[in-house]
Amino acid sequence: MTLHFTNARLINPESGTDEIGSLTIDNGVIVALDGDAPVGASEVDCGGHCLAPGIVDIGVKIGEPGERHKESFRSAGLAASAGGITTMVVRPDTTPSIDTPEVLEFVTRRAAEARVRILHMAALTKARAGHEMTEIGFLLDAGAVAFTDVFKVSSDTKALSRAFTYARSLGALVIGHPQEPGLSVGAAATSGKFASLRGLPGVSAMAERIGLDRDLGLVEMTGARYHADQITTARSLPALERAKANGFDVTAGVSIHHLTLNEIDVGDYRTFFKFTPPLRSEEDRIAMVQAVAEGLIDVIGSFHTPADEESKRLPFEEAASGAVGLETLLPAALRLYHAGQLDLPTLFRALALNPANRLGLPQGRLAVGAPADLVLFDPYAPYLLDRFKLHSKSKNTPFDGCRMEGKVLATYVAGQAVYQG
Amino acid sequence: MSFRARHLLGIEQLSPQEITTILDLADRYVDLNRRTVKSSDALAGLTQINMFFENSTRTQASFELAGKRLGADVMNMSVAASSVKKGETLIDTAMTLNAMHPDLLVVRHGASGAVNLLASKVNCAVLNAGDGRHEHPTQALLDALTIRRAKGRIQRLTIAICGDIAHSRVARSNLILLGKMENRLRLIAPPTLMPSGVEHFGCELYDDMRKGLEGADVVMMLRLQKERMDGGFIPSEREYYHRYGLDAEKLSFAKPDAIVMHPGPMNRGVEIDGELADDINRSVIQDQVEMGVAVRMACMDLLARNLRAERGRAAVGTMV
Repeated sequence: MTLHFTNARLINPESGTDEIGSLTIDNGVIVALDGDAPVGASEVDCGGHCLAPGIVDIGVKIGEPGERHKESFRSAGLAASAGGITTMVVRPDTTPSIDTPEVLEFVTRRAAEARVRILHMAALTKARAGHEMTEIGFLLDAGAVAFTDVFKVSSDTKALSRAFTYARSLGALVIGHPQEPGLSVGAAATSGKFASLRGLPGVSAMAERIGLDRDLGLVEMTGARYHADQITTARSLPALERAKANGFDVTAGVSIHHLTLNEIDVGDYRTFFKFTPPLRSEEDRIAMVQAVAEGLIDVIGSFHTPADEESKRLPFEEAASGAVGLETLLPAALRLYHAGQLDLPTLFRALALNPANRLGLPQGRLAVGAPADLVLFDPYAPYLLDRFKLHSKSKNTPFDGCRMEGKVLATYVAGQAVYQG
Repeated sequence: MSFRARHLLGIEQLSPQEITTILDLADRYVDLNRRTVKSSDALAGLTQINMFFENSTRTQASFELAGKRLGADVMNMSVAASSVKKGETLIDTAMTLNAMHPDLLVVRHGASGAVNLLASKVNCAVLNAGDGRHEHPTQALLDALTIRRAKGRIQRLTIAICGDIAHSRVARSNLILLGKMENRLRLIAPPTLMPSGVEHFGCELYDDMRKGLEGADVVMMLRLQKERMDGGFIPSEREYYHRYGLDAEKLSFAKPDAIVMHPGPMNRGVEIDGELADDINRSVIQDQVEMGVAVRMACMDLLARNLRAERGRAAVGTMV
């Protein structure tokens, strides 16, 4: 089927442009930019709204296997499509961990229930325990796009160096969670005035720098391809900048929550604001937004982490970490646009183009020949977020009751409309 | 009368006027407690439940006595031993108790913020008897009353708080209260026991105890919280005592009439010299225990008045 989008504000992260134009898709791929409507094409009048490449979200947690009551591939797919996410790159921190080709095969089959594209990451070490590497070769063959132990950080540096070395020989991407495990034990907040006032056990922002330094040392030693899942403090940026300047194959991400919230938002022990790593100071938040604008931080992700009500209705220290984010990623990111901190092409560079490039995907761009994975959205549509209206099975969002600006009007995967708002 | 709070969760929510109201009323209860007949009917007919998720002897006894002297029906639940071990959550425990219609719930819990969470789920007045490292408001109030009675005022004093500040909810509440009352605050601790970001609290920081004590009107010692430490904060107890234990020599740097306080229970020979602790000319540690009962009576009395007023308004509302 041929679709011709007219009167669209085309957000092109490759060229950095944001202009009114038209776009034609046929047979699941983009066939023309600013061309004439082909004969027999159905016209979609975008009404001046934004048409951008669909979001590629690295680091989505799905509850399969083990915790399907929190999120299934089907429910996550609904949420993603409603949030303009066309590719979910899902985490292996399931129960059991995705650390064998057999488990990977199982989730690959289950993933067919989702209406958006799904790519899988596998554990870097068995049971994510940090000691023995997984069957990286078999897992690559079975479709794993990256290897990560997610938020579990190994203190067995020798074992990690072997895993990095082996991964390099296969060209596999390793995703690390930069955090010094000893310093961050038991932490529920970033140490500082706020944590001290609230009496919460804190972790120094320095723990992230030390963790990143260790990982970058391993990269220098082994030559592995490395992506830091979340850089959240200003102190880490010089180390990241140096590694990139020295030509190492290193990229970094940040969660949307660390770009739009700070530690003060925790307020009176609100557990929906508990994250791994914990929310940082306002100075750090601003530094992260700046780093995304400059391109030092490459990727913005939702780090979608469904949690049931029981695991959040606990004293702050005992409550689960993380928030659902598939549906709120784009509207939250648009806060940065409305605040004048990031333009839309820069935003979609971090939401779509860079993550796609990092994984070697053809998505993430408005270019002839690229897959027709698109999101049409009105960046100005205002609404009050009601967490019970989210499509996710879990409703743990920090944005409940917040004024949001920006609504997805339609999401297309391979040219098919998977969501229409 | 200026006391409008529904719960007593922390000093942070109290205004200086409210603090003064509590202290003034507590002064009257001190007098009552010194009589032979110590009963009042301020809480007659009301049910008070003491819910201690952490073991406590002194605070629990103090709250129990305070409630009984005011005529409440007092029940003690040591939750540490019961349902929590069976996997019941804090909120479920609270809801269960709530269904028994208590009027005052006194709660101690090991996690910071747990009492705030509980207060949001019940419809009675909640008193925080200590939550994690967060707050212990009645302790700060009884300390303030002790200081006010010994020094004649609770403003413009130089007050040194010494010891394990990082793990102490007593220190948090005292810092907030004494800061609200416009005192000059000094914190004395080895840097490993100083909470991070404390330089933004508006107090002076010392790691040299003698310098920190210079010219102090009040010396507040804290207990070394061995049970909250996960190891390695200080090299040894004897080195700690040598550098941060209060003895007559170190105290000589404070004002000659400086008083010595300690929230108890004391580790004699670790943070304070045993003889000094017993010196009735300097130590007000026993007075603190006495003030504790009076302050808790005052807090519960004031909360009960607000509770009755609120229920009265609700009843009128249903009749209209």
